[in-house]
Amino acid sequence: MSQLSTSRACAALLQRDLLLAFRRRAEIANPLLFYILVCALFAIGAGADVQLLREIGPGVVWVAALLATLLSLDAIFRSDFDDGTLEQLLLSAHPVWLLVLMKTLGHWLVSGLPLLIVAPLLAQFMQLPSGGLGVLLLTLLLGTPTLSLIGAIGVALTVGLRRGGIILSLLVLPLYVPVLIFATDAVHTALGGIPVTAQLLFLSAMLTFAAALAPIATAAALRVSLS
Amino acid sequence: MWTWFHRLGSPPYFYRLAGWLVPWLAVLCAGLMVAGLYGGLVLAPPDYQQGESYRIIFIHVPSAWMSLFVYMVMAVSGAIGFIWRMKLAEVIATSSAPIGASFTFLALITGSLWGKPMWGTYWVWDARLTSELLLLFLYLGVIALYGAIEDKRVAARAAAIVAMVGVVNIPIIHYSVEWWNTLHQPATITKLDEPSIDASMLIPLLIMALAFNVFYGVALLLRARCELLQRERNSSWVRELVGRQPI
Repeated sequence: MSQLSTSRACAALLQRDLLLAFRRRAEIANPLLFYILVCALFAIGAGADVQLLREIGPGVVWVAALLATLLSLDAIFRSDFDDGTLEQLLLSAHPVWLLVLMKTLGHWLVSGLPLLIVAPLLAQFMQLPSGGLGVLLLTLLLGTPTLSLIGAIGVALTVGLRRGGIILSLLVLPLYVPVLIFATDAVHTALGGIPVTAQLLFLSAMLTFAAALAPIATAAALRVSLS
Repeated sequence: MWTWFHRLGSPPYFYRLAGWLVPWLAVLCAGLMVAGLYGGLVLAPPDYQQGESYRIIFIHVPSAWMSLFVYMVMAVSGAIGFIWRMKLAEVIATSSAPIGASFTFLALITGSLWGKPMWGTYWVWDARLTSELLLLFLYLGVIALYGAIEDKRVAARAAAIVAMVGVVNIPIIHYSVEWWNTLHQPATITKLDEPSIDASMLIPLLIMALAFNVFYGVALLLRARCELLQRERNSSWVRELVGRQPI
């Protein structure tokens, strides 16, 4: 058997994950539809009051993004766990945290990035003034990868459980709070016409921090789940 | 010194030691609690601003301290159990979780009861209340995951990962909540921590903190003994122990 270099292995894994996701397009679409629906329901529940929607808009869009991410998280490892691919990944000669990082990246590309694409529509739903849209997209760009990275730890811990979903939300959602705080605060601040560099830097810091540490924790968690 | 340490790590030795320690610690805890409560509720003068209602700090502050302290103990012993696979460290970590959650819950309840006369409402999204609430969720996550996995050794390792991830995140959560709070809360809320506290209030507070620590020790030892028996139910020392005593 020829030895695959680590970089080629990572590329192959990412390509495989993207191909699998593309073949199961409904799985990509469902969290996205959920995302749009939650925002629409909030707007209806708030009585379509323009002023009120403007005030709660950034928070609603972000909470819906958290929930949509939570809904799609299971896909990172579930099918690989069921068919045994995950065990093969752990047995491979390449560093597991790097493979985990690739899988998380693949998950973000198919479930985090689409949230960004529909966000302008939701900004319209929420009557967000056009000045806030750019910052909203920036916070989503910096924040959703962090959500995927932290979420991967939770999925890795619960993947072997029969009813892991509810525990997953209990494990992951409290850890999402800092992202939620800085992201919504950035949008609110931008709407007030104040620079938001500080919040964006905090979001970037959290992203780099999560990218450095979360894959290690995820790899350890996968080893526990598969033991 | 090391032989003692190794002996401490052995379940039967720890079981006996804990059984011997519990009554003494319980007496000490009761004594400290009576002294602290008497000092706090009777001897300490009423606060010039808050009147009598400040007296809830003698419960609230120690339980809030303990909620963080127990999380630290849980994460550190969880890490020890995770790295060196010490059974006893796993037992300490998993037995700490429900106790810590109770302290957190107590801190939240007393905090909101104190909030009623001070803020006029039971709940304010105050920075400390919010991070305490999130801490409670972190505890509940550890407990839920530990309960959901059948094999208790695997469960302890999984719970240890959650605890370690939580420890890394607690400062981030705390400071982000504080940031959010200073931006969103108007400055009308009076800060409740006194910059300087009189000795007549400080001494009972410290005694109560000590009493809570000892209480944690008692509760931890009792839970750890139970957990050990349950985990080691197939081992010879437990059979011997159970066989000798009529059940």
